[in-house]
Amino acid sequence: MSASTILSRALSAIVTLLGVMVIVFVLVRVVPGDPISMMIAPGASESDINALRARYGLDLPVWQQFLVWFGQVLHGNFGTSISLKQNVMTIILERLPATLELAALALAMALVWGTFIALVSTHLQGTWAQRFIDNFNGVMLAVPDFIWGLTFVLVLGVLVPLLPISGRSDPTIDAGLYTQFYLIEGLLRLKLAFVWDVLKHMILPACTMSFPLAAVIGRVLKNTMMDVMVQDYIVLARIKGLSSLRILLQEALRNAAVPALALTGVQFTFLIGGTVITERIFSYPGIGNLAIDAVINRDLPLIQGLVLTFGVIFIAVNMAVDAMTAWLNPRLRHA
Amino acid sequence: MSPVIEIRNLTAVAHTIPILRDVSLTVNAGEAMALVGESGAGKSTIAKAVLGILPPAIRIASGEIIFEGADLLKLPPAAMRELLGVRIALIPQDPLTSLNPARRIGDQLTDGLRLRARMSRADARAKALELLNDVHIRDPEQVLRRYPHELSGGMRQRVLIAQAFSLNPHVIIADEPTTALDVTVQKQVLRLIRQLQRDHKTTLLFVTHDLGVVAQICDRLTVLYGGKVLEQGATSEILRHPQHRYTEALLAANPRYDQPEHSLRPVPEELIAELKREISA
Amino acid sequence: MPRDLRIWLGGGFILLLIVCALAAPLIAPADPLEQDLMLTTMAPGQEPGYYLGTDSLGRDVLSRLIYASRVALTVAFVAATLACLLGTMLGLAAGYLGGWWDRVISRLIDIWMAFPPVLLSILLVAVLGSGLHSVIAAIVVIDWTRFARVVRAEAQQQARLEYAEAATALGMGRGAILFREILPNVLPVVLVLLSLEMGIAVIVEAILSFVGLSVSTDTPTWGGMIAEGRQIIYQAWWVLVFPLVTLFLTVLAFNQLGDGLRQWLDPMLKR
Repeated sequence: MSASTILSRALSAIVTLLGVMVIVFVLVRVVPGDPISMMIAPGASESDINALRARYGLDLPVWQQFLVWFGQVLHGNFGTSISLKQNVMTIILERLPATLELAALALAMALVWGTFIALVSTHLQGTWAQRFIDNFNGVMLAVPDFIWGLTFVLVLGVLVPLLPISGRSDPTIDAGLYTQFYLIEGLLRLKLAFVWDVLKHMILPACTMSFPLAAVIGRVLKNTMMDVMVQDYIVLARIKGLSSLRILLQEALRNAAVPALALTGVQFTFLIGGTVITERIFSYPGIGNLAIDAVINRDLPLIQGLVLTFGVIFIAVNMAVDAMTAWLNPRLRHA
Repeated sequence: MSPVIEIRNLTAVAHTIPILRDVSLTVNAGEAMALVGESGAGKSTIAKAVLGILPPAIRIASGEIIFEGADLLKLPPAAMRELLGVRIALIPQDPLTSLNPARRIGDQLTDGLRLRARMSRADARAKALELLNDVHIRDPEQVLRRYPHELSGGMRQRVLIAQAFSLNPHVIIADEPTTALDVTVQKQVLRLIRQLQRDHKTTLLFVTHDLGVVAQICDRLTVLYGGKVLEQGATSEILRHPQHRYTEALLAANPRYDQPEHSLRPVPEELIAELKREISA
Repeated sequence: MPRDLRIWLGGGFILLLIVCALAAPLIAPADPLEQDLMLTTMAPGQEPGYYLGTDSLGRDVLSRLIYASRVALTVAFVAATLACLLGTMLGLAAGYLGGWWDRVISRLIDIWMAFPPVLLSILLVAVLGSGLHSVIAAIVVIDWTRFARVVRAEAQQQARLEYAEAATALGMGRGAILFREILPNVLPVVLVLLSLEMGIAVIVEAILSFVGLSVSTDTPTWGGMIAEGRQIIYQAWWVLVFPLVTLFLTVLAFNQLGDGLRQWLDPMLKR
């Protein structure tokens, strides 16, 4: 992609991000529930309450509060969490890796599974097996991650207790890691027993998040594959005597992947949103779970910090998808 | 002259509509045979039947296609795949859509060499350069690295021609290979095909609607109308002394650059009606 | 008459739910709010009269399930319809009127979509306070974009077609064209989306009540029952299972209905 395209996309993204921040900022301050009164001990005096309010800058008019906050953000200061009494940035950075790893795992699973379904369905086109696969996929499309998560908890956590259904790792195991990237650091430092434990905790929430996306990818990619398979170059590939498998993977897939990516790319960002409820269901200590608590507790600084974080991740994913699409399409690459 | 392809009494239908009516023809080793006719005459269908790529709507009702002793219509798919590319190859009609836009020219050209002839990467690349030279492409190293959309129409068709000849097949089917090209390029490409065919002693089955093309490169020709063979024979003979009225009309319809006063004459209506009656008999 | 089985099955199930919701007092075997602390966490069939068992406060699961359909369906119909109206109007404005309308509305949609929808809904309900009205408002505020995007695209397409230009040539005002020419052609797409949106609304309500932010905790909701069931899943799995299955079937019904409608209305959609 040319430099000017990247620049204009970045600017557009920043404007969007600003819009998000303003909206959230205003929203939470229209709140009926008062966070200060939730924090303060009963029987505190009026002046104590006011002092606390002033300390969090909540006595200023809204627009001033925004400017103050914005200025602080530009200096990297996100303020202090009202409910957790810690620096917001610290809290978020502590729990962000867990969510990132989960989302990454879910994305990888969705890509693999979705592509597999699409390829198998293409290969079996015309048979009853293909019709079954496509219909089954259609049903899977309709099931939201909320229901998947609870079903997994029920079936694989309780009925047939195969896997853990809460937390990120067994608390009795201390792996002595430096970062919060349990999976990545664990793999790099070859702490395989630990990695296995972490994976066991991550599998169910990752499946929960990935199944709906996998179903979408499966359907979209199947459609684009069908479009590609009738093209002349596929016919010629057959006439060259290439095997069905080779045609599917080497000739067809790369042409089908590009439009499929363009259509499904936007859905990758929904994965980020999916973390919120999935982490809650599985008591997984990431920023999604944190966000729910922050909202319930009316923890304004934390809410703002989290929304900003989500917004940035969203934009980053968007740009990554755009870049990927451009890279995959040789025509765009040389344009 | 030994026959390489023998088509015997081939009849094909699409649901109830006849597409090919009892078509019989023979192509001998080393010769260039033209299948001539207007759109819908069935020439492409015959080519597709030989290659085994008939659309599902068209069904072979009866007949045989004998190639090297075997009936292609009865071959199991695995056996057919063995033949394709190695003993029978295709020069397709549209060079733009026949090349995979997502793969480099070099990769597409060396597919057959690496998979069927089991050449190493280096050998295949060397051979590919040789092939590109044979089709008169300048700067072949560059071209190998390029993607199809970076080449001109004429260059793409040359690549496809090189691809067809790459494994030295016994038979090459050319499905209107110059239709999608500029007129200026057409002549070069035709000459190229003819020359390569002679060099490799390949048998050529050439599908076209253009008698001018036939005159240039085909030894024998078969005239088709409505799925039925009207006339067959040596090109020079037929073009000078056409036996069938339709062939005459076709000739007359062709522009003659040496007789500019000879205006274009379309095939007369009564003839078409007669033909329709004749073939449904 | 649509022959698509999905329309009948999906629609039929929804109809069944509506009947349940309306006739709840008649068909529920017990009072959904009545607690019996002697009969807590009874398995289904263990205690006569409590067909699907009881929860941790001794309340009849089946009755709560039936009464909870009221909340679900109310939210589904009201929220989806309002979101549809809002989104369609804005989408029409953006797609047909274009220009400044389009720029502003499109930018608005972009900003909206930058939010994780679940987070936004939780945020909104927290802001607006719990209660049915906030849940509905939250859904409308979040999901109008779904309608707006599609309607905008359709309206843009329709506006380019000749009959719209012809109507302008005939002197019809833009408003008139919008309502009499464009809207009827956009309607099939909107109907399909509406059905799907109802399914989504049911889910959002369930998620919100799961997190404890929907109606008051006394009123039975599927999400609330599921939340409780999740807590006591090892002791009383049925408290989670039955509302979960009902929820799934409801969403499936709306989806099948939507898919069936899309298929049936296809000749109208393909233009």
